[in-house]
Amino acid sequence: MILVWLIVIPFVGGLFCWQAERLGSRATRLIALATMLCELLIALWLWTQLDFQLPATDGSSTQWAIEYRLPWITRFGIDIHLALDGLSLVLIALTGFLGVLAVLCSWNEIVRRIGFFHLNLLWILGGVVGVFLAIDLFLFFFFWELMLVPMYFLIALWGHSGSKGSTRIGAAIKFFIYTQASGLLMLVAILGLVFAHHANTGEYSFSYAVLKETTLSPTLAFWLMLGFFIAFAVKLPVIPLHGWLPNAHAQAPTAGSVDLAGILLKTAAYGMLRFALPLFPEASQAFAPVAMGLGLLGIFYGAVLACGQRDIKRFVAYTSIAHMGFVLIGIYAGTPLALQGVVVLMVAHAFSAAGLFILSGQLYERLHTRQINEMGGLWGRLGSLPGFYLFLIAASLGMPTTANFVGEFMVLFGTFAIAPWVVALASVGLVLAAVYSLLLMQRVHYGPPKDDTPLKGLDPREFCMLLGIIALILWVGLYPQPLLDTTGASMGEIHRLFDAQSSPLPEAR
Amino acid sequence: MMELLTTFSTAQPTAVLLPLTFLLPLLGTLILAFSRGTLGYGASALTGTASVGLAALATAMLALGFAENGPEQLTLWTWIAVGDFQPGISLALDGLSLTMLGVITGVGFFIHLFAAWYMRGEAGITRFYTYMNLFVFSMVLLVLGDNLLLLFLGWEGVGMCSYLLISYYYTNSANGWAGFKAFIITRIGDVFLAIGMFLLFSRLGTLNIAEILELAPQAWQSGDTVVELAAFLLLGGALGKSAQLPLHTWLADAMAGPTPVSALIHAATMVTAGVYLIARMHGIFELAPAALYATGVIGALTLLMAGFAALAQTDIKRVLAYSTMSQIGYMFLALGVGAYDTAIFHLMTHAFFKALLFLSAGAVIVSCHHEQDMRNLGGLWRKLPLAYMGFVVGGAALAALPLVSAGFYSKDEILWQALAADQQGLLVAGLIGALLTSLYTLRLIIGTFHGAAKSDNARHAETGRGLAHGLPLVVLAVLSTFLGAWITPPLGGVLPSSPGEGVTAGHGALELVAAATALAGIALGVWLFGLKRGWLRPANHGLGAGLWQLWHHAWGFDLVFDWTIVRPYRGVVWLLQSDLFDGLFRLLAWCVRLVHLGLSRTQTGKLRGYAVTMVAGATLILLSLALVIQGT
Repeated sequence: MILVWLIVIPFVGGLFCWQAERLGSRATRLIALATMLCELLIALWLWTQLDFQLPATDGSSTQWAIEYRLPWITRFGIDIHLALDGLSLVLIALTGFLGVLAVLCSWNEIVRRIGFFHLNLLWILGGVVGVFLAIDLFLFFFFWELMLVPMYFLIALWGHSGSKGSTRIGAAIKFFIYTQASGLLMLVAILGLVFAHHANTGEYSFSYAVLKETTLSPTLAFWLMLGFFIAFAVKLPVIPLHGWLPNAHAQAPTAGSVDLAGILLKTAAYGMLRFALPLFPEASQAFAPVAMGLGLLGIFYGAVLACGQRDIKRFVAYTSIAHMGFVLIGIYAGTPLALQGVVVLMVAHAFSAAGLFILSGQLYERLHTRQINEMGGLWGRLGSLPGFYLFLIAASLGMPTTANFVGEFMVLFGTFAIAPWVVALASVGLVLAAVYSLLLMQRVHYGPPKDDTPLKGLDPREFCMLLGIIALILWVGLYPQPLLDTTGASMGEIHRLFDAQSSPLPEAR
Repeated sequence: MMELLTTFSTAQPTAVLLPLTFLLPLLGTLILAFSRGTLGYGASALTGTASVGLAALATAMLALGFAENGPEQLTLWTWIAVGDFQPGISLALDGLSLTMLGVITGVGFFIHLFAAWYMRGEAGITRFYTYMNLFVFSMVLLVLGDNLLLLFLGWEGVGMCSYLLISYYYTNSANGWAGFKAFIITRIGDVFLAIGMFLLFSRLGTLNIAEILELAPQAWQSGDTVVELAAFLLLGGALGKSAQLPLHTWLADAMAGPTPVSALIHAATMVTAGVYLIARMHGIFELAPAALYATGVIGALTLLMAGFAALAQTDIKRVLAYSTMSQIGYMFLALGVGAYDTAIFHLMTHAFFKALLFLSAGAVIVSCHHEQDMRNLGGLWRKLPLAYMGFVVGGAALAALPLVSAGFYSKDEILWQALAADQQGLLVAGLIGALLTSLYTLRLIIGTFHGAAKSDNARHAETGRGLAHGLPLVVLAVLSTFLGAWITPPLGGVLPSSPGEGVTAGHGALELVAAATALAGIALGVWLFGLKRGWLRPANHGLGAGLWQLWHHAWGFDLVFDWTIVRPYRGVVWLLQSDLFDGLFRLLAWCVRLVHLGLSRTQTGKLRGYAVTMVAGATLILLSLALVIQGT
């Protein structure tokens, strides 16, 4: 039942916020903050209470730490079936944390229609939590679509208009069409899978555990896998399906960007880990070289484009594409080390990208511009803000002691035994990461100051937010073991499914 | 974290002292970083210097303990544990790391102290000491790490600090770009090192350095492709960090940072990390003769290239930068002939005398109101006796003045090892390099301190005063004489014996040749730059001017890289600027809009038009139906 609460709390909290606008903006914000804190605390409490080291039984079903099941549309075998394992817990805790950050960072930024804003914000997060918990494919699709609508409103109503005449409405529509089209593809693939199962057994079922056992012809499995893959690839995003991301990121309000980069992109990686790989292991195994190639393309393309950006938020958006390239490579390498690295990298990227978006938002509040060429020489004018910027830049270029380093290097170490050339090329991406990161540092903070007047430094709210992010990045960078222990069993299971299909590779020795 | 506590509860002296060597600088960093501007100049300098001083004290106590107990190993906690992948935050103290530790904290302390004099009156002193302490922290971890991943942590950390300190005077964009260049070029090397780590781990299943060295001979035979590849990859990492050909171009520009930074990072410690890496991973290089030979050849080429470049610089710091490159070239040469301990010995003496030279240069620069161009200096020896003393003693060591200087003992040893290893080519390169070293050293000293003062800045030089100014110079000067060469690094048992061990034939003769070369170079230098300046006039036009230009720009590597890498990359960035792939989808949207426009044109609102279209449509349908029926 606790799983239902995890989903319901943000939705109900959102409704309260909407109504609380009558009581004043402060009340609205406090309710939203309390809701997300509540979500975070429940997740942390579950973390301490539950055992995620469940032995992967030799049998068929994945072991869940908690499960909740309620029949919904029995005719078609659709249940409200929620389940939690280490992977989903980590991502839900992350959602809770970034939710708190999202509420905090819009404290001064959002001044119009505050109630409705928080309704949308919390509903996105509720949808995301649903995505992480649902293991009925229909329910999963339901939540997958549900999180898009409030995001659309967030961009369309509270977004910024970008440069070159691109409007926030345009960005919102682009975001919606891309994700909607991909969602449709996923629905087709889900239905295809269900009908294939029906053809085999004569029963309709949308249950993850049941569908995992469906035997499919290789061709059908390949096409269905591709349906899932493309749906997730749009969200991750994978080149060339990334077109929505820079616009959506750049034009969304800070809270929207934080959620987009921090969690919404992770739902795609989660989908691949939870569904695309375990449902179609053979097809995924065959597809792995292509996927890794696309990952490499993402690393290089994202890095090169990041160098050419003039808008600071678009810059962070393209760096996200580059980082997600590493995630894609790690997922399709499928070794335990690489998969664990993917988890760490997802968490790390959530922190560092969220941090950079928050800082971009703070810069915008002070300078009223997001154009990089209108900045320069800001180091001495902003108090301790540039110090935080520097740290997050170092994290995004994968400096050791940060979580990003641990994630990237685990992925690379884990992939090397499978695909040494992919790793060698991906490592070149580390140089490019340094190039774009330091380029930003140079253009924003170094050089002659444009003006001598000091700008407002960080207030306690902003300072604490950033300090929290940095502490977490350092913690995962220096002692990631609690995280790894939590997701170890889930990742081991995925590795088992994925690897059982391939010719047994020589162990990494 | 429990491991950490249990380690300390059964605390032996080493278990406390060893972490202190890097925790103290880290503490300094944290205090300074979180002071948020509340610390004044004195407090910042005190915090920054004291933390490194205490670390040096801890190192001294460690050295005493080491003399009794020998090597130590200490695991603080397991960093990451997934299957075989178990790198720990674990430290190993042996003769090699102790030597490095001594250099880092000892020389580091005096440089920190000197910086308190050098940086007075500068804004942002807190930031300066934050970075400096962070650097010491990273560098100590680099040499203490018992596995490659922890070594890599320190390796990247020092690179970051180097970047931050080079671009310390950030308001001038050029300094920022110099730091950028340094970081990117060393990062290219780091990628090689990283791939080397991936390769070693995938083949040996461990990242622990001791285990790697133990397993490697069992896994590979000498000259196997894989081990050669691994050694070349490690070498690539070393080349970047140690500014050797072809990844050397960043070091000269790195002189944009404050001079104490150049002394600590770009002379004494960080740039020698590559030498440390190769010495540390000697077991791999012993199995890879081709990579080892390449190391020696690259060292020889670099020492010649940089020697010529140093002859044609006018900025005193750039002369010293190229001389550093050249001296590290000697160390690589020593590594290349298998004389690892000799390389480390030269690393140590070089740290002493090069730090001395840089600090003396710093004294000159501050005294002359930040004038560092030799063409504007001159005649300073009377006004700046201490700096002059530093230059003379340090320069003597650099030029390997026989018997009295520390540099003589280490450089002579390198040449001797090259001879003993039967590498005449490398030996000749080393001798030519020695001649060049004497020449540019003399040119530097004479140009800076003798003759007439060539600018107001030099004429109105202010003599440096105070303990922070004097003490580091005196101590480092003492260490740069033969007294410093008496310090024998405790390297026995860590590194394999060098080719010259137990052989004496020809050593005496070589010593004479080496001494004669150094003396000849010095004599020629005095003759050319002191007595007969007219002889240098041909360098002003024709071929001489061309050579000058070539050497002044260090053989034009920057230009080559600019045209082969930087510009093409910028071209690609420019080409892709508007997001090519996204363009495909924009094209789709544009097509849809075109169709929309086309079709909406048909909505004219005129009944006649609609009627015609309707009739035409009906006819078309009927016709096609008729055709289909006929077909069947």
